[in-house]
Amino acid sequence: MSFIKRWWQLFEQTVSPKYFYRISERFIPWLTLLATLLISIATVWGLAFAPADYLQGNSYRIIFIHVPAASLAMSAYFLLAICGVISLVWKVKTAEMVARAVAPIGALFCFLALVTGGIWGKPTWGTYWVWDARLTSMLVLLFLYMGVIALYNAYESSATGAKAAAILAVVGIVNLPIIKYSVVWWNTLHQGATFTLTQKPKMPTEMWLPLLLMLLGFYCLFGLLTILRTRNVILERERRSQWVRELVKAEAAKRGANRGL
Amino acid sequence: MWSSVLAVISRDLKLAFRQSGEWLNPLSFFVMVISLFPLAISATPAKLSAMAGGVVWIAALLSVLLSMDSLFRQDYDDGSLEQLLVSPAPLPLVVLAKVFAHWCQTGACLTLLSPIAALLLHLPADVAWALALTLLLGTPTLSLVSAIGAALTVSLKRGGVLIPLLTLPLHIPVLIFATAAVQAALNGLPIEGYLALLAAFLVLAVTLTPLAVAAALRLAVGG
Repeated sequence: MSFIKRWWQLFEQTVSPKYFYRISERFIPWLTLLATLLISIATVWGLAFAPADYLQGNSYRIIFIHVPAASLAMSAYFLLAICGVISLVWKVKTAEMVARAVAPIGALFCFLALVTGGIWGKPTWGTYWVWDARLTSMLVLLFLYMGVIALYNAYESSATGAKAAAILAVVGIVNLPIIKYSVVWWNTLHQGATFTLTQKPKMPTEMWLPLLLMLLGFYCLFGLLTILRTRNVILERERRSQWVRELVKAEAAKRGANRGL
Repeated sequence: MWSSVLAVISRDLKLAFRQSGEWLNPLSFFVMVISLFPLAISATPAKLSAMAGGVVWIAALLSVLLSMDSLFRQDYDDGSLEQLLVSPAPLPLVVLAKVFAHWCQTGACLTLLSPIAALLLHLPADVAWALALTLLLGTPTLSLVSAIGAALTVSLKRGGVLIPLLTLPLHIPVLIFATAAVQAALNGLPIEGYLALLAAFLVLAVTLTPLAVAAALRLAVGG
């Protein structure tokens, strides 16, 4: 039993906000570099060099933003719900903070996916918006994000707000497949998924390779944004603790020294 | 255990009948919203019956959401919610009892009122039956799901507007299949499949939502 206890202590130590704050600093330069490289390569490749579609012409090129944004919007909600479960079951504070940081990013990507989809829909389907199953479930996902964010903001104590939002996020993820299949049975027009893990893509290599790079770049960007925002949330919520005070003092001393030079 | 559940149900119903304004307001709201549609869109019987299912269901959804703030508010304010939390009866079961008592005041009454709504919107009698059945199966799910929103916002001073904002996306499946059932009945098609789906949602809601509501209530009281 003492063995398990020691492991648990080690685990608790690694998930403490302080540890997260220190360890996440190392990832920032790498993620910045990767995200910049991947997104710029994929943008130039996708917009300038990839061949035009035989039916849609150049308008299809918006998928290089649309697909990664849509994919991230869903992954971010999934992460939100996982963090919710972790914070509710094991009372891990850092998970609450990550969830707090992820919610607005996910909402933003969801909004981006809807807007780019509308822009693409005008020349292709002849309309900005149709009440199709996938569009509708994306809109519902945006509503779910807005509910979670509204709940965060409604509570004065950020700790209680985070727990309430965790419950809502978990309820939302249980409902998401039901909503998804409800609207699929209700109406459908959208094409199937572009990428699946089991099948070779139906697009030519010159088209899906930049898309894949863009997707990876977006995920790096998402990781970077999550880390940066989580660090802010940690500093805000732990501002009364010893280590944050010392950190701020050290930072202030450094600034002061720089100014003195 | 069962005695405390029965006690909660009878207490809530007694309280409701002694302050009748509380549960009559959402019902009059329901009838008023329905009477607005013919005025705002068109009073032609053919048009009205074509959109009747959606109109009745949206009105029902709004009036259930409107009444939801009162589910835990009074108990939270006078401290009896804390007593329920420390009582030996399992909290999810108590929640189920409270939601059932609340549904008797809202969803059940809406189901009983639905023939009047069908009359106002020129629905044929057999479709009115289908409408009443969807309300009977669907409104308990609405009450259970919005109870999550009510529990999450009960400790907030201005929680009322938040409940619809949090739970409206979760009501979409019920809304879709209930209105589809009414539409199918209007076209003379069988509606058993839709009713089975609504019943499935209800079973899922009965088993899962009390757990979420209980967690939210513990958070609201314990902080």
